[in-house]
Amino acid sequence: MANISTLNSTAAGFDAVSPQVAGPSGRKPRKVLSRRNIILYGLLIVAALYYLLPLYVMIVTSMKGMPEIRMGNIFSPPMEITFEPWAKAWASACTGLNCDGLSRGFWNSVRILVPSVLVSIAVASVSGYALANWRFKGSELFFSILIIGAFIPYQVMIYPIVIILRELGIYGTLTGLVIVHTIFGMPILTLLFRNYFTSLPEELFKAARIDGAGFWQIYFRIMLPMALPIFVVAMILQVTGIWNDFLFGVVFTRPDSYPMTVQLNNIVNSVQGVKEYNVNMAATLLTGAVPLIVYFVSGRLFVRGIAAGAVKG
Amino acid sequence: MAPHSSAGRPSQLFKNLNSKIALIPMMLVALVVFLGGTVWTVVYSFTRSGLLPRLSFVGLDQYERLWAAPRWIISIQNLAIYGILSLIFSLVIGFVLAALMDQKIRFENTFRTIFLYPFALSFIVTGLVWQWILNPEFGVQSIVRSLGWSTFEFDPLYNSDIVIYGILIAGLWQGTGLVMCLMLAGLRGIDEDIWKASRVDGIPMWKTYVLIIIPMMRPVFITTLVLIASGIVKVYDLVVAQTSGGPGIASEVPAKYVYDYMFQAQNLGQGFAASTMMLVTVAIIIIPWAYLEFGGKKRG
Repeated sequence: MANISTLNSTAAGFDAVSPQVAGPSGRKPRKVLSRRNIILYGLLIVAALYYLLPLYVMIVTSMKGMPEIRMGNIFSPPMEITFEPWAKAWASACTGLNCDGLSRGFWNSVRILVPSVLVSIAVASVSGYALANWRFKGSELFFSILIIGAFIPYQVMIYPIVIILRELGIYGTLTGLVIVHTIFGMPILTLLFRNYFTSLPEELFKAARIDGAGFWQIYFRIMLPMALPIFVVAMILQVTGIWNDFLFGVVFTRPDSYPMTVQLNNIVNSVQGVKEYNVNMAATLLTGAVPLIVYFVSGRLFVRGIAAGAVKG
Repeated sequence: MAPHSSAGRPSQLFKNLNSKIALIPMMLVALVVFLGGTVWTVVYSFTRSGLLPRLSFVGLDQYERLWAAPRWIISIQNLAIYGILSLIFSLVIGFVLAALMDQKIRFENTFRTIFLYPFALSFIVTGLVWQWILNPEFGVQSIVRSLGWSTFEFDPLYNSDIVIYGILIAGLWQGTGLVMCLMLAGLRGIDEDIWKASRVDGIPMWKTYVLIIIPMMRPVFITTLVLIASGIVKVYDLVVAQTSGGPGIASEVPAKYVYDYMFQAQNLGQGFAASTMMLVTVAIIIIPWAYLEFGGKKRG
């Protein structure tokens, strides 16, 4: 009897601290405000506040006027809400000689983003498909080089790429940057598609082959429609990745076509003039908005994307 | 290179022709950019390249100059401090958060969304926000002082002794969500029966974690470790945004050294030598891991 009740009390919950030895049998009712819950949720909420704090600070700072910022405390909510910093950040903040705000960088980023995402995904999905279903002697070797290449620091390969692009006459152009994004997106995206196509039942592919479908026919008619979810994952990965890129933007474009991240950094860290913290924070939020929206909208798919991105090899 | 160009070859070459054509971009990238580019950079790191790359070899000169440069030494020290602390803290914080999340809590999705959203933001955004929060005039320091502790000092971005910790705080904020996600996936992969068994045996929960669960999650830990480590070596944008390497050169990192010497100081040789050192660092991390991960599988 005593034996059973000890077993019960340990099995009833993690809070096995309760010294009941001969208490009532059966599952112990769980209190909402048990010590365990208070500690558990307490810790989680403290952690959540820490993670939310910078977002909160960005938002409140961007809505204050400069006098209020100079007076007070970065955590206090704005007394008078103003959207002027937002307007200024978007339309009239200065970088160097240009005073047309972040909108320029935003549109540059869009111009970079759309072709880069499309081209990199198109190339990688076809490569992944070929690697999964049409292997030939040596294809796995190239794939291994590609995956190892994903770990090489970009700085090692950046100058050779500059030379290649210069020789091709596209250094500093949009085409050049699209190629760079395609190159560096290739390892992870190819891996993603290859693994997905490998996981599809082989009979599907064989049946199509017997029916006489060729390489491209199978890709467009069978594989592409089946891989839509993985295309979405790849898209999320690339949209956030390319939007957030700084290094390639700064190396491979000219100042008038700098992407948003580069322009943001130039606005905020410019040494001239009075620092307008509210405008800076509005600009920062505007730049972070695109990946944040992608993140909040895509939810679980984003997690899947980064998990795929994380578990390389 | 292109297999379809030579018409008279044996038919072996034409087998799978479409696939080979489709893989041309990928093969080019693997061979020319990844392999070729890396070899090129390493070779040119032994030359006297200045404004333009030149093939006049000077042996290890560039490396000697590199290791004699105070800025490089500081960069390496910063990378070591940032790297080691960031590894330890992100693994610990990530694991603890994951363990808390794994207690069948309510609002799990909300918490996960909150912990992970910084990962969607760029390092530039991260750096700029934390630059503002750590601003000594308006940020954390001034607030603690206004609460009455007037001698409180915490100005990492203006104090060269502790500036790297300011960057660490921002880096951890951005990256721990990912670690938490990976750890949570690892925890979810552990058989429920193990928990039941340990509960029946009356082993306290923390002991189960330390003695049973963590050893079982070794592969997850190693993968995460490799991922964080190879990301740390590349750390660049965060420093550029948060401190621009300052105050002085106190928060310089190797990736920034490479960029500055290649594209600003027009001293390519130094840039190549420094980037080769980065490559070596990554190789030191990756090769043992790849050996363990893939070498072991073949034998097993």
